[in-house]
Amino acid sequence: MNGIHDMGGMHGFGPVVREENEPVFHYDWEGRVFAMQVATPVPIPGGSRNNIEHMDPAEYLTTSYYEKWLHSRIKGLIDAGVLTAAELEARIALYRDHPETPVPHREDQDRVQRIRAQLRRVESPRRDVPLQPRFAIGATVRACNLHPPGHTRLPRYVRGKCGVVERYYGIYDFQDAVPPGTEAPPQPLYAVRFDARELWGASAEAHSVVCIDMWESYLEPA
Amino acid sequence: MSGDQHDSHQTGTESYAALRTKALESLLVEKGLITTDVIDIVVRAYEQDIGPLNGARVVARAWVDPAYKQRLLADGTSAIAELGFGGRQGVDMVVLENSPTVHNVVVCTLCSCYPWPVLGLPPSWYKSYAYRARVVREPRAVLREFGLELPASVEIRLWDSNSDIRYMVLPERPAGTEHLSEADLVPLVTRDAMIGVARVQAPAIPARR
Repeated sequence: MNGIHDMGGMHGFGPVVREENEPVFHYDWEGRVFAMQVATPVPIPGGSRNNIEHMDPAEYLTTSYYEKWLHSRIKGLIDAGVLTAAELEARIALYRDHPETPVPHREDQDRVQRIRAQLRRVESPRRDVPLQPRFAIGATVRACNLHPPGHTRLPRYVRGKCGVVERYYGIYDFQDAVPPGTEAPPQPLYAVRFDARELWGASAEAHSVVCIDMWESYLEPA
Repeated sequence: MSGDQHDSHQTGTESYAALRTKALESLLVEKGLITTDVIDIVVRAYEQDIGPLNGARVVARAWVDPAYKQRLLADGTSAIAELGFGGRQGVDMVVLENSPTVHNVVVCTLCSCYPWPVLGLPPSWYKSYAYRARVVREPRAVLREFGLELPASVEIRLWDSNSDIRYMVLPERPAGTEHLSEADLVPLVTRDAMIGVARVQAPAIPARR
């Protein structure tokens, strides 16, 4: 989707602000949101990035990184039918009105062992399927001018631009949203190099390129 | 606001986020979907164990062991696994070598993809709208803000992490570190150098009389 999240090339955000000796999490709740996102065994229907990209654009800009994760986790649990909005609202009201109410505490060593292993062992979305890549390394290609309304990994700033295939990575699961009932088979994945002048015209800085990963359906011969 | 997401930490929304998080944890624990100790262990893992020290070990090994470096550049995932690192947000790792003529920089313009197993969780600036928006369009200006001025003869190569590949930069070994051991090199390697917004500096030579 042509959303606010697709920020490559935008103006107006000011300098990059850095924080010295930054902690991993600034608040306890951030760490707990992160852990609940990573360790709750309920997949988010449509994916987490899809939920975040579909936030109201003004809300996207004014919420922090982990607030976005919290939004996505909650929406995912409601969409999966595990939680209702009313249930959550009631629990929020409970802790707001009675802050001393304890959060239930449970422990399970088996689950701890399992999550330790899961953080280390994640399956690659690379697929071992006999598929010939259409483009060779060094081939000149053009990024298609696509504007899908759902989740896509093709940023606006490369659409319609010409580049050169820099690397070939193999066959990977396609991550874009597809209409319900449609198959989205794995595709060849490449890194494509775009010259800065092709992307930014006369305002491009000297001697710089952008390499970006491209599923084959994003590309056409140029 | 300047566009830095962390500005919102200073507002009233912060306590609302904490409140919602508490409510969510309460419901998930009650429903048996997660346990308190699992949450604690994940937080601790990323606060204490999974951080840029892992990446620094990979870099130092590559600097002292040419065969390892070759394996690292050919198959980042396997070579990084040799040192015991891997997993979530790093199942397909590609390592990019800096040289006197090419300087690599990593970004994720669409969200904030980052190689967790070797660098841990991303710093705020990497997730900031300013970095995501600007570094692909004006990398030299952004690097200058980080204190890194590169000659025009050096090609700057941005890598926008939009797929499931995760990128890490292998910085150049600084001159004057030839006598240092692998263990001595590790602390020189910074997170920022492995993202590509800094170079690794040789340690200051103690003044001699």
